[in-house]
Amino acid sequence: MTDIAATPSALSPKLSPALEWVARRAEGFVIPVAAIIVGMAIFSVFVALLGKSPAQLFDLMWRGGFGSWFSIQNTLSRAAPLLLAALCVALPARLGLVVIGGEGAIVLGGVAAAAIGVWLDGAPSFLVILLMGAGGMVAGGIWIGAVGALRHYRAVNETISSLLMAYIAIALMNQLVEGPLRDPASLNKPSTHPLAEAYRIGSIPGMDVHWGLVVGIVACIVSWILIEKTRWGFAARIAGGNVRAAQVQGLAVGPLIVGFCALAGAFAGLAGMIEVAAVQGNANGSLVAGYGYAGILVAFLARQNPLAIIPVAVLLGGIDASGGLIQRRMDMPDATVLVLQGVLFIVILFSETFYGRFRIFNPDLWKRG
Amino acid sequence: MTDRFVLTRRQLLKTSAAGAAIGAATSILPFSAARAASATVGFIYVGPKDDYGYNQAHAEGAAVLKAMDGITVVEEENVPETVDVQKTMESMINLDGASLVFPTSFGYFDPHMLAMAAKFPDVQFRHCGGMWTEGKHPMNTGSYFGYIGQGQYLNGIAAGHATKTKKIGFVAAKPIPQVLININSFLLGARSVDPTITCQVIFTGEWSLAVKEAEATNALVDQSVDVITCHVDSPKVVVETAAGRGAFVCGYHANQSPLAPEKYLTGAEWNWANVYKMYVDKLVAGEPLPNFTRGGLADGFVKMSPFGPGMSEAARTQFDATLAEIMKGGFSVFKGPLKNNKGDVVAADGQAFPETAVELESMDYLVEGVVGSTS
Repeated sequence: MTDIAATPSALSPKLSPALEWVARRAEGFVIPVAAIIVGMAIFSVFVALLGKSPAQLFDLMWRGGFGSWFSIQNTLSRAAPLLLAALCVALPARLGLVVIGGEGAIVLGGVAAAAIGVWLDGAPSFLVILLMGAGGMVAGGIWIGAVGALRHYRAVNETISSLLMAYIAIALMNQLVEGPLRDPASLNKPSTHPLAEAYRIGSIPGMDVHWGLVVGIVACIVSWILIEKTRWGFAARIAGGNVRAAQVQGLAVGPLIVGFCALAGAFAGLAGMIEVAAVQGNANGSLVAGYGYAGILVAFLARQNPLAIIPVAVLLGGIDASGGLIQRRMDMPDATVLVLQGVLFIVILFSETFYGRFRIFNPDLWKRG
Repeated sequence: MTDRFVLTRRQLLKTSAAGAAIGAATSILPFSAARAASATVGFIYVGPKDDYGYNQAHAEGAAVLKAMDGITVVEEENVPETVDVQKTMESMINLDGASLVFPTSFGYFDPHMLAMAAKFPDVQFRHCGGMWTEGKHPMNTGSYFGYIGQGQYLNGIAAGHATKTKKIGFVAAKPIPQVLININSFLLGARSVDPTITCQVIFTGEWSLAVKEAEATNALVDQSVDVITCHVDSPKVVVETAAGRGAFVCGYHANQSPLAPEKYLTGAEWNWANVYKMYVDKLVAGEPLPNFTRGGLADGFVKMSPFGPGMSEAARTQFDATLAEIMKGGFSVFKGPLKNNKGDVVAADGQAFPETAVELESMDYLVEGVVGSTS
């Protein structure tokens, strides 16, 4: 016992502040990375049991996800929608809410954006794209904001209500796309009228990745500043820790919950708008692509930290991008990649129990000897 | 006494690990071996390729190509209709060297396949669904599709003979023309046996939604429907649920008889192997690939499943006679006098629409005898 404690305190006092600074921050990095390595190891056993070579699999994952410029662009394209989708989970999570229905906000955001783009056909493209983004954010914001309001004012479980509202959103999208918003020419695949070319969002110069990636990264950074550096974020974290304590302190918990949920939904709605403007060109059933659910995985792996969402989304985008190559070269089913994602998810959730357990990450304990 | 020949758990693990390693090593070999005069063909599916349905029908066609000399087939399943499918096509072209790509889902065409066709003008793209239009779409793209409605008409004949309650059922995804043609053909086939038969249709709203498909099937059986068919991506749930409740089933997309050997009457199946072989033969011979191909039973694009034990002698006779008539070409399921189920005339006396008629492409009605609504 004393041996372990003696090591850090033996260090020179000048070095220890820097070391303490590193140690305090290392925990949030070392534990997830170790968890990912453990997850990969467990997955290797699974692959070996199927009679396939884990070494070949990891080689293909590297080549398919990160090994060439094409692979990197492939990875980033797939990561782009996950950034905003993950924020829809991470922001309410800081208030202690588990919102899993981001898919609904994405779908409605996409429909709203498509409707605006068609309705304003002929107006200047800058204005229309801006309004499409705003429309998508309002639609998504109302949807998830309502989940927050139901939670706070009517005590409806937000996990269940957001999931059910996602189904309602998809049904609403189908109703609109097959009814009032339908392009009569879309016979066998009901869709809205196609957006004019001027209202489409293009690629980042020099890359085959659309601007959604930049929007997503900016949104993650803004969210991080909001949560960590503003008084609203501070209030949200207090309310997330203990609602009663926050109320006793006189914090307006209701508006906080509704506001954070609405912002989360707005980001998801923006993801839908980008999907329409950058990829699909109209709104239809293809909007229901599961990004909202993939975002849950990303947010939990990132431990609800908006900055950590960026590398995690890239990691999952890479796993996704290499999934095709694994199917084609190793003749393994698509589910292989799902198994890897599932293993990673469980190992990382399990690793949560290790926080605060290692003395090396906690300088306060060093001095106690 | 020695325990040398006792296989311990540790030894077993070691041996199987070694076996696995060897297996893995040998499985890499074919990819490093160079192929002479080869072509790589890519297939992309929106769902699992063993779904007993739409995707399996395409995968069965792809499997036939694998046996061809010098042809490498690369496949990817569960690819959504997003930027994912664009990147999958690009990856097949860039990393696997595919020179012909078949994106098989309807929603892959616009904008995804068109974007990739513009980016890779030297690669050929052929899409399942009949959306290609000359002058509008690039020449390195094209469409192939089948007329499967007459297969559903034959299903209807099988159903008409098998039903005792005179009520047959249809579980449908969406009220779009391709689905409506199938529903109407199924009922008209059954009415060619007995004009008092009605067909109850239930739309689930989605191409793949197992829970609603099971609910719809149960609801049909509860209404004393005793023969069921469907048009959803994977008929597996409908077939198993219906057979489990004692109803007969007619298949769709692929052969589902292994799922319900006793209750399966027959089924309308795609015969994509024929179509894919045609394309690849031309590719290997260096001939241009057709941009638009379409055909039905008579052209070998569609085939019928072998009869199940529920097919009576009378059913087989009428089925075979009608099939022979269809195989001659020019057969019309939709002919006057014909009303929709709201009472409006959709085909006047003497008017007939063969399967190639453009009028059928925009069908928006259910014929008289179908119980249900398109909206």
